Amino acid sequence: MTGVDIWIDSIISGLLLGLVYGLAAIGLNLIWGVMKVINLSHGAFIALGMITIWLLYTSFGVFPYAGILVVLLIGLILGIITYFSALHRVINAPELSTLLSTFSVSLIIIGFGTFIFKTNPKALDFSMGAIEIGSIVILGTKVATGVISILFTALLYVFLYKTRMGKAIRAVSMNRTAAELMGINSNITLALSFGIGISLAMVAGALIATIFPFTILSGGGYELKSFVICVLGGLGSPLGALVGGLTLGLIENIVTLQIPTSYVPVLEFALLVVILVLKPTGLLGGK
Amino acid sequence: MSILLGGWMKRYIIVLLLVAILIAGCAQQETTTQKPQAPQETPAQSEKPSETKEKILIGFSESKTGKLNAESKEQTNGFKLWMEHVNAEGGIYVKELGKKVMVDFVSYDDESSGERVQQIYAKLISEDGADFLISPYSSGLTASAAIIAEQYSKIMVATGAASDSIFNKGYMHVFQIYTPSSRYLTSSIDLLAKKFPSAKKIAIVYENSKFARDVAESTKEYAKSKGYEIVLYEAYEPGTSDFTSFINKILAASPDAIVGGGHFTDGETFAKQLYEKKVKVKFVSLLVAPSVPEFSEIGSAALYVSGPSQWEPQAKYTKEAAEKAGVEFYGPTVEEFVNAYKSKYGYEPGYHAAGGYAAGLILQKAIETAGSLDSEKVRSALENMKIMTFFGMIEFEKGEYYGRQVGHDMVVIQWQGDELHKEVVWPEEGASSEVVAYDAKY
Repeated sequence: MTGVDIWIDSIISGLLLGLVYGLAAIGLNLIWGVMKVINLSHGAFIALGMITIWLLYTSFGVFPYAGILVVLLIGLILGIITYFSALHRVINAPELSTLLSTFSVSLIIIGFGTFIFKTNPKALDFSMGAIEIGSIVILGTKVATGVISILFTALLYVFLYKTRMGKAIRAVSMNRTAAELMGINSNITLALSFGIGISLAMVAGALIATIFPFTILSGGGYELKSFVICVLGGLGSPLGALVGGLTLGLIENIVTLQIPTSYVPVLEFALLVVILVLKPTGLLGGK
Repeated sequence: MSILLGGWMKRYIIVLLLVAILIAGCAQQETTTQKPQAPQETPAQSEKPSETKEKILIGFSESKTGKLNAESKEQTNGFKLWMEHVNAEGGIYVKELGKKVMVDFVSYDDESSGERVQQIYAKLISEDGADFLISPYSSGLTASAAIIAEQYSKIMVATGAASDSIFNKGYMHVFQIYTPSSRYLTSSIDLLAKKFPSAKKIAIVYENSKFARDVAESTKEYAKSKGYEIVLYEAYEPGTSDFTSFINKILAASPDAIVGGGHFTDGETFAKQLYEKKVKVKFVSLLVAPSVPEFSEIGSAALYVSGPSQWEPQAKYTKEAAEKAGVEFYGPTVEEFVNAYKSKYGYEPGYHAAGGYAAGLILQKAIETAGSLDSEKVRSALENMKIMTFFGMIEFEKGEYYGRQVGHDMVVIQWQGDELHKEVVWPEEGASSEVVAYDAKY
């Protein structure tokens, strides 16, 4: 395999992985943007997405990419339930309250998950073949993951900008009081946004599960990545999250050709600090 | 007033909560620390007149509870099988006494805890009057037990313990059965040299954990000394699930062989992704994962992946092999051991069980050679021992790492065949099948 091939291979792998990272981060970003809640249960829901798709596949034989629609629906419902049970009453309290609240949701999910599913690793054992161009091998599952991530991002955009409900969400995120004065039911809007955020996290988890093995504890790492991505791309900007995700994916796959892979987290978090200092609104952050 | 307080109270409660969470977290990590009771009793009972010796008492601790339970049970099973065999023959012949002496054992549950181990071994020696000791399972517990054995100058046969660091403490009474971790992958390098002489470049990719790092370090030195070029030497973090960047580096360095790994999950994932990316090398040898039966769940990705193992039921250590190597073969053959174990416990033994049996066997041989139950005489018999058993070669180091195993080699297993199964491909005298190049699978 020649040097050029490896570079091309790394870039493609990085882009495909970055798209999934982006999708995961969009969930976090949306919740922050609309309700100013830092969702510490993000990682737990990513792991829950992984477990859900695994259960669907191994117990009911649902083809993983079809299962993603089920995961989306479950995520939406779980998100709305979580909003009303854990967030609704503290939504106007200081940020520490919502942090603690979402953190306890995370503990509950991880606790039950560990009890029921143990922490031994699981994997979705199915193959989508591979695309081979010369000596470059791109796995079918990775391509599918990238494509589905783009699809979901696009759908979210259409929803936020073209539908009444989406416009309501944006209105609430800009100024909740004004939106309420215009007759928008902010309770329903907030619950729906949280539901969408959670379902995106779970879908991202499900997609990751199609390419890598995982345990109920795997969500934590992706949650950290999501935070870095959100800051990179700009808090509150879905497109920014996608750009941030791609940046991270590329760093993980290209820079490592030159430096030891264990330095990558150092690099990622150094980048986080640099962005926070130089451009706190993120690469694509507006205000 | 109450509203004013309310705000403060809320923050106060939140701070309290956070402190509580922190405390809870810490408390979980601190396991119950029982004070070890210092062994006060003097070993007075060991002065029994040996002529009236009715039985040889062997003492050890086993992890009946705790995280080491499964492996420890196997080890004890193996030991008990040996004892059954010896006593069926009437015991061990001790020349000084002019008769065969039956073997008995005494053991306690160590709860997989190092502190318990020290109490137990002190008790075994001073109260129960054990003549010889066998180690608990695992390097950590054995290191604890070794201190006590040495203090009382009792022979301890260490099985289920691969660490090198137990043996550079100047102990003169601890003898290791397992291949030490510094040589875990060196047999894979030997295999490479013999079977794939055209191979020149090696990539070492290992998990960033103490065990794997130690193994990788000594493998690197060994491979270099054999004239290999190490084209990649890199660690991955425990829990890594995405090996893409490592595999791209491997492809860029185009090695002839890949060695390394760490534990089961990462090793399995690594093997799977190597296959998905169609990495073409002659030889892949990974720690731990390939020797575990579940490794076959990754299907054709497992094919022709090799890995070191302390022992396998397919190993062909025979009288002929011993003759070829110019040493004595002692004890049952591999088949005899495997069949006896199967009929007693109902399943095929793994290396933990074999190690337990071998520990008893080595002790038996040393007592017979010494013709005595005296610790120092048995020690010198062990020191000069060089035999082959069903477990492999046994010989102990006399130098800086006194008692460390130097004879026993890791066998190298390889997954072969349409219906994936393990074959022993190294060492040559114990091989059950010829090694196949890894890239023959594509």
